Amino acid sequence: MSELFVVAEHRLGEIREITFEMLWKAGELAQEHSHTVTAILLGHEVSPIAESISDRADKIIIFDDERLKNFNADIYKETIAGLIEESKPILTLIGNTSRGMELAPCLAVRAGLPLATDCIDIMFKDDKLIAQRQMYSGKIFSDVSFAPSAGYILTIRSGVFSKDRIGDRQAEIVKKDFPLKDMPLKKDFIEFVETAAGDVDISQAELLISVGRGIGEEENISLVKELAEALNGVVSCSRPIVDKNWLPKHLQVGTSGKSVSPKVYIAVGISGAFQHMAGVSGAGTIIAINKDPKAPIFRTADYGIVDDLFKIVPVLKDRVLETKKG
Amino acid sequence: MDIVVCVKRVPLTEEVDLVIDGQKKGIKKDQLAFVLNDWDNYAIEEAVLLTEKHGGTVTAITVGNEDDEEVLRRCLAMGADRAIRIEAGDTSRFDSFGISKMLSRVVKDLPFDLVFTGVLADDDYCGMVGMMVAEQLGITHANMVTAIEIEDGKVRTTSELEGGLGEVSLIELPALLAIQTGINEPRYVSILGIRKAAKKELKVMDLSELGMSDEELSPMAIIDEVYLPPETEGAQILAGDPDKIASDFLEILTKKGVME
Ligand SMILES: Cc1cc2nc3c(=O)[nH]c(=O)nc-3n(C[C@H](O)[C@H](O)[C@H](O)COP(=O)(O)OP(=O)(O)OC[C@H]3O[C@@H](n4cnc5c(N)ncnc54)[C@H](O)[C@@H]3O)c2cc1C
Repeated sequence: MSELFVVAEHRLGEIREITFEMLWKAGELAQEHSHTVTAILLGHEVSPIAESISDRADKIIIFDDERLKNFNADIYKETIAGLIEESKPILTLIGNTSRGMELAPCLAVRAGLPLATDCIDIMFKDDKLIAQRQMYSGKIFSDVSFAPSAGYILTIRSGVFSKDRIGDRQAEIVKKDFPLKDMPLKKDFIEFVETAAGDVDISQAELLISVGRGIGEEENISLVKELAEALNGVVSCSRPIVDKNWLPKHLQVGTSGKSVSPKVYIAVGISGAFQHMAGVSGAGTIIAINKDPKAPIFRTADYGIVDDLFKIVPVLKDRVLETKKG
Repeated sequence: MDIVVCVKRVPLTEEVDLVIDGQKKGIKKDQLAFVLNDWDNYAIEEAVLLTEKHGGTVTAITVGNEDDEEVLRRCLAMGADRAIRIEAGDTSRFDSFGISKMLSRVVKDLPFDLVFTGVLADDDYCGMVGMMVAEQLGITHANMVTAIEIEDGKVRTTSELEGGLGEVSLIELPALLAIQTGINEPRYVSILGIRKAAKKELKVMDLSELGMSDEELSPMAIIDEVYLPPETEGAQILAGDPDKIASDFLEILTKKGVME
C-alpha cells in the first residue's frame, strides 16, 4: 500500500477541472491496488478549494501562505520534492497543463524520479507501471515503462478521465507550515493579461466553419469565409492560423483558445490535434473536411469528407447558394 | 545578450501512412521528410530578433547524427552565429532525461544569458527537455512563452495559460524560456541563404568529449511498444462524386437545424 499524490491545480481562486480528472484516475487506481489518494494543495486562502475536493481524496496536504498566492514552479518543486522524500508516494500526478509542464520535469530531476508526460492512461501490469501516450500528433500510440524506482511522476492530459467522484472518501486535512518563507525568488509574478475580446464571440455561435493549416495561404481563407457566409455561419480557426496572424486570437478554438458548443462544427483542413478537439467537445455534430484519410480528426468527427478542400469547398458553397435560391 | 537555442529535427507525418518498425519501438523513418521542429523555428527566430536588438550571439545546438546538421544549417541561415552538434550515435536509446543531460553539459560551458527551447517537439510530444535543462543548470525558467522583453538585466515574459490567459513575469538572468508558437513570424530561409551560412562554425562534439558515458545517460522511461491507434467507430465518410457529397452535406445541416 502506498500513497498516490495528486498535485491540485487552481487559478484565480478556482479549481481547474484537470484536478478532478486526476483525482478520478487516482481513485480508480487506489481501489484496484489498495493505495490511498493524497491531494497536494499549495496556495493562499485555499480552504474553499480544499472543500471542493474533500470527498475525492483520503488526505489533503495544504500549504497556505501569502507567498503561494501566485504560482511559482520553483517553490512548488521544492515543496513537493520535500513531501515526496517524506512519504515516498508510488505515483505523483500533475496536470499536463502550461504550469504542470513547467513543474513536472524540474521536479523529476530534483527528486531523481522517472517522468512520463501527457499520459492518456495509467496501468499496473504485474505491478509494473505502464503509461499510455500518443506520438506523431496522435497517429501513433505508445506504452511507456520505467526503470525501477521508489516513485514515478506522470503528467496527465486534460479531458481524458472523468470529472466524477469515485468511491467514498472523506479527506483528512493536514495543514503544514510552509517551509520556504525565505527562499529567494528569481521570478516575480506581475499580472494576468486577457485576450482581446473582438467583435464576434465564437462560443455563442450555432454554426462554425473552422479553418486550419490545410488552407495553405492567407488569401485562401476567403474560400472558407464564402462558405460561412453562404451558410450564415461564423468563421473560427485552429491555432496555426492565429500564429501566422491570418485571423485574430479570439477566433481560435482549443485549449489555448476558446471552447465552443455549436450545433454543427465544420473543420476544414484541420488535423484534429487534441488541443484543438478539446475545444469542440461541446459541439453537437462535427463534420471534417481533410484530404488525409488517416487524419486523427476522422476518429472523433461524426461525418467526414475525404477530399482536397480546394475542390470540395467551392462545390459545397455553390450548392448551398443554389438551394437557398431555389 | 548571448542566447543558446536547443533544436531538434523531426519527421513530417502529415498525409503519410506511418509504419511501425520491426522492433515496435518506433516508426520507419527512411521514407519521411524532415524539418526543423516548428516550436524551435520560433525559438531561433526569437533569439535572432533579440540579438539584433540588444547585441550578442546565438548558438544553436542539437543532439543528433550528420543528417540532423540540416536543421543547424537552417538555424545558421536564419541568423544564428554558430552551431553545435552533439554526436551520440543512435539517439533512440536515450530518453528526454539523457538528452537534457548532454545539452546541459555543453551549455554549462558556453557563455549565455538565456537558453531557449521549443515548448515541445512534434514527434514524441514529451515537452520535457527544456525544463530538465533548466533544472540541471540550476537556472530559473518560464514555459509557453509568447512575448519577451529585456529590461535592465532582467527579462519580462508572457506565458500562455489555458484559455489564452497570459501570465506576465519578471525573471532574473540567466534563465531558460520554452518558446510557444506564434511569438513571432519566423523568417523565410532560401537555399542561397543556407549555402551562404555554410561558412559559419558548426562544431561536432562526441560523448567522450563531454566526459559522458552511456551508463549515466541510461533511460528512466522506456518505450515498451508503439502501435496504431485503437479502432474507433470513426466518422461516417460521405462518399460518391462531389455532387452526391454536397447533397449529403446539405441534408446533415438541414437535419441538425442550421440551414434556414
Ligand atoms: C500548449 C499547446 C496549446 C495548443 N493550443 C491549441 C489550441 O488552442 N487550438 C489549436 O487548434 N491548436 C493548439 N495547439 C496546436 C496543436 O497541437 C496543433 O499543432 C494544431 O491544432 C494543428 O492545427 P491544424 O490542424 O490546423 O494544422 P495541421 O496539424 O498542420 O493539420 C492540417 C491538416 O490539413 C490537411 N490538409 C492539408 N492540405 C489540405 C487540402 N488541400 N485539403 C484538405 N485537407 C488538407 C492535412 O491533411 C492536415 O490534417 C496547441 C499546442 C500546444 C503545445
